[in-house]
Amino acid sequence: MSDTVAMIVFVAFPYAALTLAIVVTVLRWKLAPFTVSSISSQLLESRKLFWGSIPFHWGIVLILLGHLATLFFPATVAWWNGVPIRLYALEITGLALALWAAAGLLVLLYRRLTTARIRAVTTPMDLVVLIVLAVQIASGIWMAVGYRFGSFWSVGVVVPYVWSLLKLSPRPELLQPFPFILQLHVVSFFVLVAIFPFTRLVHLITLPLPYLARPWQRVVRMRHIEPVG
Amino acid sequence: MRVRAQMSMLFHLDKCIGCHTCSVACKNLWTDRRGAEYMWWNNVETRPGTGYPTGWEDQDHYEGGWKPDGDGITLRLQGKGKALARLFFNPALPQLEDYYEPFTHRYEDLFDAPAGDVQPTAVPISMVTGEPMNVDGGPNWDDDLGGSDIFARNDVALDGVDQTIRAQMEEIERVVFNYLPRICNHCLNPACVAACPSGAIYKRGEDGVVLVDENQCRAWRMCVAACPYKKVYYNWSTGKSEKCILCFPRMETGQAPACAHSCVGRIRYMGVLLYDADRIPEAAAVSDAELVDAQLDMILDPNDPVVIAAAHEAGIGDDWLDAARRSPLWKFVKEWGLALPLHPEFRTLAMMFYIPPLSPLVASVERELYRLELPPERQDFELFDRLDKARLPIRYLANLFSVGDEQVIERVLRRMLAVRVYKRRQSVEGVVDDATKDLLASVDMTPEEAEAIYALTTLPTVDERFVLPPYHREMSIETLNDPLAHKGEVGVGYLEPPRRGW
Repeated sequence: MSDTVAMIVFVAFPYAALTLAIVVTVLRWKLAPFTVSSISSQLLESRKLFWGSIPFHWGIVLILLGHLATLFFPATVAWWNGVPIRLYALEITGLALALWAAAGLLVLLYRRLTTARIRAVTTPMDLVVLIVLAVQIASGIWMAVGYRFGSFWSVGVVVPYVWSLLKLSPRPELLQPFPFILQLHVVSFFVLVAIFPFTRLVHLITLPLPYLARPWQRVVRMRHIEPVG
Repeated sequence: MRVRAQMSMLFHLDKCIGCHTCSVACKNLWTDRRGAEYMWWNNVETRPGTGYPTGWEDQDHYEGGWKPDGDGITLRLQGKGKALARLFFNPALPQLEDYYEPFTHRYEDLFDAPAGDVQPTAVPISMVTGEPMNVDGGPNWDDDLGGSDIFARNDVALDGVDQTIRAQMEEIERVVFNYLPRICNHCLNPACVAACPSGAIYKRGEDGVVLVDENQCRAWRMCVAACPYKKVYYNWSTGKSEKCILCFPRMETGQAPACAHSCVGRIRYMGVLLYDADRIPEAAAVSDAELVDAQLDMILDPNDPVVIAAAHEAGIGDDWLDAARRSPLWKFVKEWGLALPLHPEFRTLAMMFYIPPLSPLVASVERELYRLELPPERQDFELFDRLDKARLPIRYLANLFSVGDEQVIERVLRRMLAVRVYKRRQSVEGVVDDATKDLLASVDMTPEEAEAIYALTTLPTVDERFVLPPYHREMSIETLNDPLAHKGEVGVGYLEPPRRGW
C-alpha cells in the first residue's frame, strides 16, 4: 500500500467519517428529531427477532466495550494478557461473543430478507447497515482466528493509531505493514462511523440511562393558567 | 393538598347500543394513516368477550399495570434495570396478531378482471405487506357473540362467576352481553409514563391528558406492554408510539372529543374532576378491597372553600372551578355514586368512569310462557330484591369495575333501579306509592335526587353532557407568538413530516 493510499484510507477517510458523524448527528437531532428512533419491528415479527436481536446486541455491545477498554486502558489489558491463561480466557471470550453476535446478525439479515412484513418496512439503509456490520464482525473473527492474538498485538499497533487520530497527529504508517484483513476491519469501522447518522444506528446514542434516575411519573405543565374572573 | 384538574369522560353503559360510531369517528379523525390502521384509540367490545387486543385484561400474559410491592407498588412489567436489559427484545409486547392484521380489498380487480365465466372478486390484501391474506381477525371480531365458546367463555373477568351461572350464560335462551366502549383512561398513575425509558410520555398538568412526545419516543415500546388497558399503540410504519389524545385540539377549542360528540346513544359525558395529587401514591397502594374508595376519595369537592383556595393556589382559575361544579362527572361519580373506574385493580387510577349496565331478570319458560322468578307483588320492582337473578352476573360486573366487590355494584344498580321504578310509578300511574318511597329511602335517595339523575340520564342537552372549561389557548399562544401572526401561520405545513426514520 502506497503512502498516498494510506493517507487517504487511514487519515482522510477517518476524519471525514468522524466529522460527518458528529455534524450530521447533531443536525439530525436538532432538525429531524422525529426520525431518531430504534424503529423496532417487534410488533410485526417476534420469534426470529428473539433469536437475532438478543445475541447480536449483547454480543456486539460487550465486544464494543472490550475494544473501548483496550483503547482507554491499554496498559491494564497488556498486564492482564501477561499470563497466558488469562490471555486465552480473554481471547476465547471475545471470539465466543463475536460468533454469538455473528449468529444473531445472520438471523436478523435472514429475517429482514425473508419475512414479508419486515420487508415492507425495510429501507435500503437498513440493509447497508447489516452488510457493513457483517463485514466488520467477519473481519474481526478472521483476525481472532488467523492472527492470534489480537488483544495482545493491537495494544502496540491499533491503540496508538487511534490515539494518533484523536490527538490530530495521525500516524497511518502504523497500520501500513499489517495484513489486509486488519486494514479492512479498521476501514469498515470508519464506514460504520460515516453512515452512522444516515441510518438507524443513531439509536445507539439514545440509550435511556437517565431512566434509572428519574421518578416514575412525569407531569408537564405548559404554563400556569392564571385565575380569571 | 395539591389540587389538579382532570378532564374525564363518563360512559353510561346502560345506554350503549354498540354501534361503533365512536370508533369510526375516532378512526376517521386520527388513525386513518399508514402504520395506524390497526389502532383503535376508541373501541367497543362485546362483553363477556375477549376484547381488543385479544385478552387484554390477562396481566399474567401481558404484564400491564402495577402490582403491590411491600408498602408501595411497582410496575408488573419491569424494574428500571430490567427495562434497560429488555430494550433489545421485550417478551411482554403484544404481537400484531393480538390486535389483527389490517386489511383492505383489491377493489380494482372488480373492474379490471378479464371477461370470464365467474364473477370477479376483490381479494383481501394486507395493509402491511400488500400481499393477499386470509382475514382471521378484526377489532370487533367477536361483536355480539355473547355466549360463544371461543370468545365469551374466555373472558378473564368471568373468574369467580358461579359455574352453573356460567353454563346458563352459554344457553341460547339466556345469552347476555353488554357493550364496553374503551378509550385511554388518562390515568392519574399511568403505567405507560412510568415504563417509558426515554421519558417521552407525560401527563399534561392543566387537564391531565396523557400524551406521547413523538420527537422523544425511541421505539423502546415498553409503554405498549405496561399499559394494562393496551391503549398505547406502536405505529409500525413511523416507529413511534401513539395513543388517544382525548381530542385535546378539539377540547382546546371548546368541542367535545370526537367519540363523545358522535355518540348516537348519548352515553358519554365530559367534565372536569378536581383531585388531590398528593394522595396518588397512597391511593394506588392500598389493599384491593379499598382501591375503589381510595380513588373516589381523592376526588375533591369543587364547592368546598378549602379546595377552592388550594385550587387557586395551584393556578386553577375560577372558570375551571365553575366547570368543575357543573361537571356531570362530579355529579355521577361523587354526588350520586353511580359511576366506577374500569379495573381499579390495575392501580393506574383510571379516570374514565363507567355506569354499569342493568340487565333483564333471568326468566324460565313454562308452557311456552316466560315466568319471572319473583313474587307477583314485587314484579314491578324488577331486580331490586333479586340482583342475584340479573342476567349479567353481578360478580362479572364486579370483576370489571370493583375488584370483585359485589356490594359496590349492587349499591349502584339498586340506585339506578330505584330511579327507574320511581319514574315509572310517577309517569305510568301518576302517583308514587309508599312502597316506592321506601324503595328510594332504602338507597338514601331523595325524590329530587332521583329527578336530577333521571334528567341528566335521559334528557340532557349537549351543553349539560359536555361541560368543557375554557382552555385559554390564546393566552398560551401569547407567551410564544403574536396571536394574530399565529392565526395566519397555523396549518402551513409540518415542522417535520411524521415519516419513518432512516
